[in-house]
Amino acid sequence: MIRSVTAILIKDFVSELRGKEMLLSMLVFSLMVAVIFNFSFPPGSEFIQEAAPGIIWMTFIFAGLLGMNRSFVYEVDKGCLQGIMLAPIDRAVIYISKLIVNFVFILLVELIALPLFVVFFKLDILGSPGYLLLVVLVSTLGFAVIGTLFSAIAVNTRTREVMLPILHFPVAIPIIICAVQATAAVFQGQEWAVVWGWTKIIVAFDVILFIVAFLTFEYVIEE
Amino acid sequence: MISYTEKESNRTLIVLSAVVLIAVLVDLFLIFQFAPEERSMGHVQRIFYFHVPSAWISFLAFFVVFVNSGLYLWKRDRKYDLLASTSAEIGVIFATLVLITGPIWGRPVWNTWWEWSPRLTLFLVLWFIYIAYLMLRSFVDEEEKAARFSAVFGIVGFVDVPIVYLSIRLWRDIHPSPVIAGGQNSGLHPDMKIAFFFSLFTFTVLFFLMLLHRLRVERTAIAVRELKRQMAY
Repeated sequence: MIRSVTAILIKDFVSELRGKEMLLSMLVFSLMVAVIFNFSFPPGSEFIQEAAPGIIWMTFIFAGLLGMNRSFVYEVDKGCLQGIMLAPIDRAVIYISKLIVNFVFILLVELIALPLFVVFFKLDILGSPGYLLLVVLVSTLGFAVIGTLFSAIAVNTRTREVMLPILHFPVAIPIIICAVQATAAVFQGQEWAVVWGWTKIIVAFDVILFIVAFLTFEYVIEE
Repeated sequence: MISYTEKESNRTLIVLSAVVLIAVLVDLFLIFQFAPEERSMGHVQRIFYFHVPSAWISFLAFFVVFVNSGLYLWKRDRKYDLLASTSAEIGVIFATLVLITGPIWGRPVWNTWWEWSPRLTLFLVLWFIYIAYLMLRSFVDEEEKAARFSAVFGIVGFVDVPIVYLSIRLWRDIHPSPVIAGGQNSGLHPDMKIAFFFSLFTFTVLFFLMLLHRLRVERTAIAVRELKRQMAY
């Protein structure tokens, strides 16, 4: 199982590093949003600091959806998915490896974009960067858990790119609420208990939705 | 093709329609004549007899979607998919009713059309989940694929609901809500209880009647498609 996961992972990483389509589009999108949001507030306004957690997470969600939209398009359009499905591996392996790929790529973009957000919005994260990192990790995992499942569905619909956010947003609401609140708590320098109060819901989301997605994925890609 | 005896299903429909007709008339009498007027809210409170049963029906409908989605993936019988999809449609209608009757009551009582209270927010999210469910169905061309995908989404969406509610409740704890005139269920007058539970019953039979009708239409559509296919050869 681990060998087949790594095999798909290597394939995905290599093809992504050659084209850089997913990474670059997510990264450039995030940076542009960071800049554009600045113009939507009056210059020198303090309000932007308060709104920053929301802006950051909305950016990451949209960027993540942008990336995850691509994750099955190639597989289906070039017939690669059929190849993988013909291989003697479990369907769950495909889900796990796609999940890891999506998770790593979105995380990479977030880790590059986050310092820039901090600089642009004059935020203070030096108090507890570890907390912030944890929030980013579990939230991104949650996005990827349902995003991977839904992108496999969305790629088969007529409206592909539009379908993913429509499926993803309502289900992702617990993560959106909790990630924004936990991030706000970190920026306000709150103690661990407050941050954890939000983070634990995200962890519960990750665990429960992972189990459901893991079990139902095989029904999505069967032909 | 799905087999069903037309006569039998017709008889069930007629009996159920009669029950619903009588129940609705009795329910209207109970709601507008029998139930006493609420002291502080006045007649506006009577919308409660429509609002809460609608909410209950949408939960019931979405539960039916969840169960039948699971059954479909397990047994691969088209009838489960039909039940799930028709139930989702009816659930969305009743959830829409909840979202319409809520503000009508909220405007005079809370003095606002919309309040981000946990229940309201939850219903809005529910509504979006099942709108997405119906959109997904209509955007997939092959029937079998549409059934599979929507079954998966029907399961994921339903499992997600408790977590949504948990996070919304916690979120509202931080932002205090305006003073709300007491809980609706705190000390309901006995006559109000009668009207309320009868209303619940009426809505439930109405739900099953709508479900049966919708299933019949769907089955006829399938039969027509089948005939067309046969004629093409």
